Formats: sequence, structure tokens, C-alpha cells
Amino acid sequence: MKSTLAISSIIFTVSILTLPMVWSDNDFNWEKISDNSSALATTKNPLYKEECGSCHMAYSPALLPAKSWSKLMSELEDHFGDNAELDAQTAQSISQYLLANSAEHTNSRDARKFFQSIKSAQTPIRISDIPYFKHEHDEIPQRMVTKNPKVKSFSQCDACHAKAEQGLFNEHEVNIPGFGQWDD
Amino acid sequence: MKNTILLTALLSSLTTGFAQAETSTVKNLLAVYSTQGVTTADAQQGRALWQKTFTGKADFPSRSCASCHTKDLTQTGKHIKTNKPIKPMAPSVNPQRLTSVKKINKWFKRNCKWTMGRECTAQEKSDILVYIENESKF
Repeated sequence: MKSTLAISSIIFTVSILTLPMVWSDNDFNWEKISDNSSALATTKNPLYKEECGSCHMAYSPALLPAKSWSKLMSELEDHFGDNAELDAQTAQSISQYLLANSAEHTNSRDARKFFQSIKSAQTPIRISDIPYFKHEHDEIPQRMVTKNPKVKSFSQCDACHAKAEQGLFNEHEVNIPGFGQWDD
Repeated sequence: MKNTILLTALLSSLTTGFAQAETSTVKNLLAVYSTQGVTTADAQQGRALWQKTFTGKADFPSRSCASCHTKDLTQTGKHIKTNKPIKPMAPSVNPQRLTSVKKINKWFKRNCKWTMGRECTAQEKSDILVYIENESKF
């Protein structure tokens, strides 16, 4: 009996202590995650740059977990409404690169925040659907992005983050076309 | 003076190099299409197809080649969804165009499917190729 009580109290104490670490939409403590470099890995792979970067910014592979890249690469025929089919060999090389450099393998603090905000049951393929992405952009009104013809979508990182291709997303360097500097 | 001559020679040989690569690439592809039943490649037809509007899904119900590449092949285009600039299609202003069979096949496949909802026929591809190649005559 005594030992049951002791175990229960230990479980209770541990639960209370770890409760704040459990992810919830509003009170997740982003700063808890240890600080390394904030820059995201930039894209050095020439094949990825050529094949993916000719239509859109070549997003850092660290922005999505491996399961997301796998899903996205298996659906290239309907790639957010566009056809982005690749021959099997090219697709395999790009997949290898993406999986080897996905969010799980990053040293970047920012990329880890993206990764840790994703619930285990989710497989987002749109970077702008990731909870941490939403958290970081929730104060930006529609008229500045989706209704702004110079931006059009949250997917065009480099429209407002001039150094996005270099993996730099400093919030003090945000410049929204037609609206100017954004600082929150 | 000598330098200028050398430079001019170098530049013109480079340009000629691209032009030759482009001519032979197109020739090779046309030869392939002729084995698939194409007898003549018609640039006028290619131009008409380039500007023809097709019905598509969702965000872009009306779409054509020109949606992204514009009607003027010497101009820089813009990806209709991502806004990313697309270098001009005309070899006269962008000598790298039509120099890689692999690239041509890749983009024909993707872009025909997006624009028309199916792959282009050998006839359509032949027409488009000679249209792009001879764009300056239109």
C-alpha cells in the first residue's frame, strides 16, 4: 500500500513537472528548445536546385521531416495543382538528398522548432501548414500576403524574407512588398 | 585591337556553338517524331497551340502555354502560381533554349499535362518546337 502511494506520488510529481512541456497550440514554450545556429541549411544540391528551384524557391530540406518529403515526392504528378513529374532516377536522387537533410538531421534551432511543433500523427507537405510556421505568421493580415499580388501566398518566403534562399529568416529583416518593413 | 578580335571570335563561336546545339537537338527530336507519323512540322500551328486556351481545375480554370511564358517568346515569363521568373523561350535571346533533349522532354511532359490535361502528341510537339525555333519570323 505504502509503495503504491509512493509510486503514485512520484507519477503525479513527474506529470506536474512535465506538463508545461507538452505541446499545445497556445502555450508551447518555443524558447525552451536549445539554441544553436538559427540559420537553416541552405540548398547546395545542384540537382534539387535545378529540378525544384526552377519553379519555386528551393526550400531548405530541413523545413520538413522525412515522412513529409517522402509523401511529397510520391505525389509529384499533382504537386499543389502543378505537374512536377520527374524521371525515376532523378526523383530517387532528390529523395535521397531530401531525406538525408530533413528536419530530423538539422542542427538549426529554427528548423527544430518546425519539426517539434508537428504532431506525430501528422504528415504536412505544405511548409506553411506547420504549426510553428503558423505561430510565427499569425499576426500578418491577409491583405499583406494572400491578397497582395506581389506576394500571393505564404509559400513565397523570398517575397518578404530577402535572405530566405540563404536560410535566413530574421524577423527584423522582413520587408513586405507594397507595405515595407514588418516588425513585431 | 587583337584582343577585341579574339574576344569577338570567341563570342561568336560560343553563340554559333549554342545555335548548332539547338539546331541539332531540334533536328534529332523532329526525326524521332517523324517515326511516330509526323510528316510536317508547322510553326503556325505551333503558335496557335501556344496561345490556345484550355480548361483546367481549381485556381486556373483557363490556361495556356502563354499563361506562364507570355505570348512573346522573347520576353521573360512568370510562373502563374509562384511568380518565379521564367527565362525567355526564344533561342535568339536565350541561346540555351532547345539545347537539351532531356530538358525538352521533361518540360513537354509536365507542361502539356498541366496545360491540356494530357501529354502532347508528336505532331503538337513538332509544331511547338519549330515555332519556338523560328519565333523571330512571326
